[in-house]
Amino acid sequence: MSKRILIADDEQNIVISIEFLLRREGFEVLVASDGEEALAKVRAERPDLVLLDVMMPRMNGFDVCQALRADPDLGGTRILMLTAKGRDTEVSKGLGLGADGYMTKPFSTKELLAEVRKLLGM
Amino acid sequence: MLEAPVVVTVALVYLGLLFAVAWWGDKRADQGRSIIANPTIYALSMAVYCTTWTFYGSVGRAAVSGIGFLPVYLGPTLVMALGWFLLLKMVRIVKANRITSIADFISSRYGKSHRLGGLVTIIAVLGIIPYIALQLKAVSGTVSLLLSYPDIVMPDRSATMSVAADMSFYIALILAAFTIVFGTRHLDATERHEGMVAAIAFESSVKLVAFVTVGVFVTYGMYDGFGDIFEHIATHPELRRLVTAIPSGQGYTGWFSLIILSGLAVLFLPRQFQVAVVENVNEAHLKRAAWLFPLYLLLINVFVLPIALGGLLHFSGQAVDADTFVLTLPMSQRQQGLTLLVFIGGLSAGTGMVIVETIALSTMVCNDLVMPLLLRRKAAALEERKDLSGLLLAIRRGAIVVILLLGYLYFRLAGEAYALVAIGLISFSAVAQFAPAIIGGMYWRGGTRAGALAGLSAGFLVWGYTLLLPSFAKSGWLPADFLTQGLFGSELLRPQQLFGLTGMDEISHCLFWSSLANIGAYLGVSLLRPPLAAEATQATLFVDALKETGPVGAALWRGRAQVSDLRELVGRFLGPTRTEAAFAAFARRRGGKGAALEADAQLVQFAESLLAGAIGSASARVMVASVAKEEPLSLEEVMHILDEASQLRTYSRELERKSRELTAATRELQDANARLQELDKVKDDIMSSVTHELRTPLTSIRAFSELLRDDPKMHLADRERFLGLIVSETERLTRLINQTLDLAKIESGRADWNGCELDLKEVVEQSVAATSQLFREKGAHVELDLPDNLPLILADRDRLVQVMLNLLSNAVKFLPPGSGRVHVVLRALAEGLEVSVADNGPGIRAEDQALIFEKFRQVGDTMTAKPSGTGLGLPISRRIVEHFGGRLWVESAPGEGATFRFTLPYAGPAEPAAVAGNPA
Repeated sequence: MSKRILIADDEQNIVISIEFLLRREGFEVLVASDGEEALAKVRAERPDLVLLDVMMPRMNGFDVCQALRADPDLGGTRILMLTAKGRDTEVSKGLGLGADGYMTKPFSTKELLAEVRKLLGM
Repeated sequence: MLEAPVVVTVALVYLGLLFAVAWWGDKRADQGRSIIANPTIYALSMAVYCTTWTFYGSVGRAAVSGIGFLPVYLGPTLVMALGWFLLLKMVRIVKANRITSIADFISSRYGKSHRLGGLVTIIAVLGIIPYIALQLKAVSGTVSLLLSYPDIVMPDRSATMSVAADMSFYIALILAAFTIVFGTRHLDATERHEGMVAAIAFESSVKLVAFVTVGVFVTYGMYDGFGDIFEHIATHPELRRLVTAIPSGQGYTGWFSLIILSGLAVLFLPRQFQVAVVENVNEAHLKRAAWLFPLYLLLINVFVLPIALGGLLHFSGQAVDADTFVLTLPMSQRQQGLTLLVFIGGLSAGTGMVIVETIALSTMVCNDLVMPLLLRRKAAALEERKDLSGLLLAIRRGAIVVILLLGYLYFRLAGEAYALVAIGLISFSAVAQFAPAIIGGMYWRGGTRAGALAGLSAGFLVWGYTLLLPSFAKSGWLPADFLTQGLFGSELLRPQQLFGLTGMDEISHCLFWSSLANIGAYLGVSLLRPPLAAEATQATLFVDALKETGPVGAALWRGRAQVSDLRELVGRFLGPTRTEAAFAAFARRRGGKGAALEADAQLVQFAESLLAGAIGSASARVMVASVAKEEPLSLEEVMHILDEASQLRTYSRELERKSRELTAATRELQDANARLQELDKVKDDIMSSVTHELRTPLTSIRAFSELLRDDPKMHLADRERFLGLIVSETERLTRLINQTLDLAKIESGRADWNGCELDLKEVVEQSVAATSQLFREKGAHVELDLPDNLPLILADRDRLVQVMLNLLSNAVKFLPPGSGRVHVVLRALAEGLEVSVADNGPGIRAEDQALIFEKFRQVGDTMTAKPSGTGLGLPISRRIVEHFGGRLWVESAPGEGATFRFTLPYAGPAEPAAVAGNPA
């Protein structure tokens, strides 16, 4: 059974590239383009991993992360935060809120895949 | 009927009223609500200058010499208008050194010399006694005139009567009693008399009102105004000379002398020094007095000539003394009430002068004549008396009685020899002798005690020889040949043609010789030797009085003293209660407690100044020296200390200036730092935003590139799609970099602007044409509403195209696919042209409308994708429009599309009339 991954990002082209990458590697991919949509899709589709952008309209990545971690039903959902703001404070904020990993844009596709696999225990 | 009881009752009631005013003034002063802390009261008190000599004598003089009465008022007017700085400096010196009188002033200046103070006191007493006699003469003369009312009977000059039957003797006694009650009522013998000043100001008002009332009565009641009197005069050839020119016999020399003398008198007469300097409560009061006092003099002189001329006309051929016209004119008209008012006015003028003058003189006699003698001869006896304040008051009271009796004596013996005016001028000439020592002392450091003594003595002797002795001779005390043949029969020594100087009136003659002797001796003797230490110390305190200085005096005392000794010493003169209060106040200022006071130089200085207020500075110095062991300073040491003090002052001023500069610099630095921090924060935010905006397209580019690299067998369609995306993201990066640089350039003011007059319609059309492809792709319709012949505007064409392109491409992004409509309108308003770009997109929420003009702030409303673009277009557009004096804003509501508008002002003068109401 293939793992299910949600990509939450408001940048269309980034979504396209990651979606292509993950599908090629055999993952099942879901897409959300803002924070609220991401939260709704996690609850509805129960993905194994969420790739979460920080700067999103409506609800930013930190808030989504916090909401997910506050929901005990979703305890098994792994969260990998992606952000274009690479400052240390943001990294520690994300991890502090309960994210499982953190990657700074732009990233190498290989590293992204390695991180995804690690978080999914593959 | 004006019988003796009526006149006496009126006089006594008036004196009672005066006393009530004085009592009220003192009471208010005790309560700390001084009524004399008022510049008008101060100016009125200075009008004590106007005595019976003014009230009755001016008319008398005008009847003889026309406007010859004027110089006596021109002198004070000139001094107040042009010489107020002298008065200011005197006030400053007197306050700083607690000086009590003019004798104290001179004595203090020249090293606190007893001998000098005594000499000044003797000159003042001898010079002023004739003047007091003048007041007694005027008051008693008017009383006897009143008693024969309604007949006008001139007093019989030749009749001799016993002292017991002489009314002026009783008047002198009443005035003495009154002055004692007025001036020495307090047990603490301080130098200020607030109640007296209030009463004097009241008297000045009374005498002015009385004189002006008579003037109006004579001018408009007895005659038909000024013109009428002068017409009458024109028919009397012997009177005409009075109103045509300066009468012969007086000449310009006489006028000049009188102006000088009266100008000096208004400063140095003991009573003027008392009210104008010693009793001054606030330097600022001088400002009003500088014009109010001259105005008073003007008012009291307006009716002098009409009354004199009216009297001469009315009493033509009768034996009525012109000095009495002020009183006899209303009497001749049976104006009982007015007659009494005039009498009261004259009484005010006389009592005011006598009270202040005797208080001032008695202070001088006590502090500068009697105290020094007591200190010298009966030092032991003084030691035994615990409280000396009673003794002080007794001395002053005795002095008052003696001075008034001397005035009476002079009146009895010599008073009838002269007209009133001549007596007054003798006094003026006497006090003029103080001028070189005082003025020289305030401006010249080189003046010495010996010089001042020599100058004063020489001037005084010349005055006595040329003015006082001749007045005795004219009164028959001395043989008349003294006048005509001179001393020892020497022609050269004729007192009023000294050394053959003729052609001058006696006053000018005396002024010439006495000032020559006085100034010559003062300068000559002063230059003989350099000032002593004590003289140099005091010279600095006086000459530098107007500079910002700390208390230099304390620095110039060195020695040892006990606090208890000083306290006891001061207590003996001021009384224990006041002394305790004064020492406690001093301790508070010093920031310590009573017990912790140190007997240092400052405390010794303080004790001495307290004593100086009561017994004069010279005696105070002697008394303090009796309990404090002073180690005398040499002149070198004094000069060294003064020099150091002045260096310290310079240094401290320098320090203050530096400190102010430093404070200012610190504030500027703080401001600059705050601005820098602000800028830093802004820069940080921008860097963070720019970084984010750069990383985002780089992320896509890298991801697509790696996908392409890692998968050479990728479908052609995917390959082409990805490459296309890479290219568009690269374009996005380029655009971002360009716009960031562009904005930075605009914001830093380094942008190039090519302003020229242009037709906005062309710009709009050009921009719409350039974006037509975008609209076609989105299936949108553009509607233009661009009227012709609108005025030109001043702007940069390329920049405006940039704004239009931005607005149009923004509109395209948000148009609904297929049904988009954009409406571009150009119209003329009063202030300029307005362009609007309206779309039928989703609209912008009110809270987002301000945000979209901020850098990197994009507002996406869609559930799908965020708008493409850099987030810099609108901020740049707004700055461009604002650069050319216009505004750019948005009007929108969610669901109703958005309308972006901007305005630009007309190039030339606005032509609203031609374009107003031009429909869109």
